[in-house]
Amino acid sequence: MATKKFLYINRKPPHGSVYALESLEVVLIGAAFEQEVTLAFIDDGVYQLLQNQDTSAIETKNFTPTFRALGDYDVNRIYVERESMELRGLVKEDLMPLTWEDEDDDWAEKDSIHVVSSAELAEIFEHQDVILNF
Amino acid sequence: MSVLHIVNKSPYDRNSFETCLRLALPGSAILLIEDGVYAARKPSSAADKLKQALGNHPLYALQADLQARGLAAESLVDGIQLVDYDGFVKLTTEYDKTQSWL
Repeated sequence: MATKKFLYINRKPPHGSVYALESLEVVLIGAAFEQEVTLAFIDDGVYQLLQNQDTSAIETKNFTPTFRALGDYDVNRIYVERESMELRGLVKEDLMPLTWEDEDDDWAEKDSIHVVSSAELAEIFEHQDVILNF
Repeated sequence: MSVLHIVNKSPYDRNSFETCLRLALPGSAILLIEDGVYAARKPSSAADKLKQALGNHPLYALQADLQARGLAAESLVDGIQLVDYDGFVKLTTEYDKTQSWL
């Protein structure tokens, strides 16, 4: 099967609608089919990656720990727009650490999250075959 | 007692938070629920506006929605009061009416 480059754009906060959960499920399916997957978090989508989310009191499925599994599926290009972070007063340390192990570098643990500018993100859009929005 | 204003949308996604602040009379209360609770996280532009509103309004946020979104009490605007679901119901009985800014 030919490999395509898939970009998933996430612009909604995690628990107010089903978009974030659905996106993550589609991302994992794409990754399981060994497509080249890139994630972008823009606008309120950056809230999806906040640490210590606990949905027990609102009685919904807490899918956010599943982000940590992305590294095992070789999803290690996770881009977060800096402008969206700054508007919300967020810094990278507020986000959950997401890592992957680089088999070409003695399984060194590396950071999957890259905080990038709008201009850098626009360049990333250019290199995709398919863009899916959530 | 007067109006309980309820905001359930992110201040960065909709203008309902700002419209609420603009139209809430002094003495009326503001309760943040669901994605509305993101307004309470400091430092941020929304939190600055909330801080200004504190002089005129009792401010509340629903604890369960903060917890779901990873917003710890210490990351919130000082002076905001956290309520559980029972507290939410109690607020709706203490005010004459509720205004939900959908």
